[in-house]
Amino acid sequence: MTKQVMTSNKAVAEAVKLAKPQVVPVYPITPQTTISEYLAQYVADGDLDAEYIRVESEHSAISATLGASEAGVRVFTATSSQGLMLMHEILFAAAGMRAPIVMADANRAISAPLNIWNDQQDSIAQRDAGWIHLYVENAQEAHDTIIQAYKIAENKDVLLPVMVCLDGFILTHTVEPVELLEAGAVDEFLPAYEPTHAFLDPEKPMSLGTLADPEYYTEARYAMQVAMDNAIPVIKEVGKEFGEKFGREYGLVDAYKCEDAEIILVAMGSMCSTIRVVVDELRENGEKVGLLRIRSYRPFPYEEINEIVKNADKLAVLDKNVTFGIGGALFTDICAKCDKDTYGFILGLGGRDIIPDYIKECVELTKSGEKKVTWIGLKEDE
Amino acid sequence: MVSIGCGISEPGSTRKNKTGSWRTFKPVLDKEKCVDCDNCILFCPDGCIGKEHNIDYDYCKGCGICKVECPVKAIEMVREE
Repeated sequence: MTKQVMTSNKAVAEAVKLAKPQVVPVYPITPQTTISEYLAQYVADGDLDAEYIRVESEHSAISATLGASEAGVRVFTATSSQGLMLMHEILFAAAGMRAPIVMADANRAISAPLNIWNDQQDSIAQRDAGWIHLYVENAQEAHDTIIQAYKIAENKDVLLPVMVCLDGFILTHTVEPVELLEAGAVDEFLPAYEPTHAFLDPEKPMSLGTLADPEYYTEARYAMQVAMDNAIPVIKEVGKEFGEKFGREYGLVDAYKCEDAEIILVAMGSMCSTIRVVVDELRENGEKVGLLRIRSYRPFPYEEINEIVKNADKLAVLDKNVTFGIGGALFTDICAKCDKDTYGFILGLGGRDIIPDYIKECVELTKSGEKKVTWIGLKEDE
Repeated sequence: MVSIGCGISEPGSTRKNKTGSWRTFKPVLDKEKCVDCDNCILFCPDGCIGKEHNIDYDYCKGCGICKVECPVKAIEMVREE
């Protein structure tokens, strides 16, 4: 199979074309814009047989996506940053109505101050909406994950929307070699969507987005928790099946040299590629460090995480987001679920580069263990 | 048991919601005092009082309008246990 050189946004759009959604409502926003442009081009050229809706805002984009999903077709949308903020209300509705939407989020910082560059605050701010959150590391994984996301979302035991999070600019606008999946094989792996609980049929009318009084609401929300728990084995199975068919296996997490590691660095997204290089470098100097990349942030696979970190002395969690007043979101989750000596680091906000020296600094600060949460790369007052 | 995503495929499902659970005070009618004026039937905003002045506690929310409108004070509001 040949590889092509492309950005992650192109890799996402190519995967969407293979997944064949029938309705694609998208509103452009940096750094997601080229996804919406590629998809518009595919539809205009007749390469993707979909209704491309040019909506007037992200609130409308996700609303139209939800409406189409509830009408019983496969859908796709994509956004970023402030656009995702504007979707906030409908994200909860989409999860509650159990719509198997797949959305790409090009991770970007949140205003104020206004910033178009990468961090992961936007998707982290939506973590309680009830969506499955998958963070990818590179263009190939972005391409492969979109296809898996549909299979996970549409699984009868799950039926939850999936957000595929890819780092803005670092992935969305940087070219890498990508092996595009073959259309026929994707059709075998991902058959056409057959709606079960929400579809438009005059012969079988139904009310959707209904009211649930105190008698029913708790059970409806609990059903979402059960679905999220079910997603843990489903994400694993789909990643394994994908590996068997296409040769690249994926899981809930991705452990690198963790078996004998004394310090394990825990992180999400593209910075894991840099951390992997630093891990190799530090190991050449005899330091036993490892990397645990979290691919599935929601559901949070804490049992698997605990199994991997069980022999480590310390954990260093690197967050491209802040939960003000406590630390990074991944750090607080790890602290809540892992009984380990854990240190949190906030770095890479608003597009500041995460250089190898920053990661080495995180390792040193974890060894010294003086401070629970440290902001890395802060500039001194002049 | 709720359906997936709370979708509803049959009409009239609101009848299953026993909204009487919202009630704090329960109207109790003393039929000995009742003079059959039917004010309570006319004024009940939820249609919870039948022709024989039987109160439907599945849906009565305990607003107490019947008690106020009763000319002979035959209805007493009793706190739910």
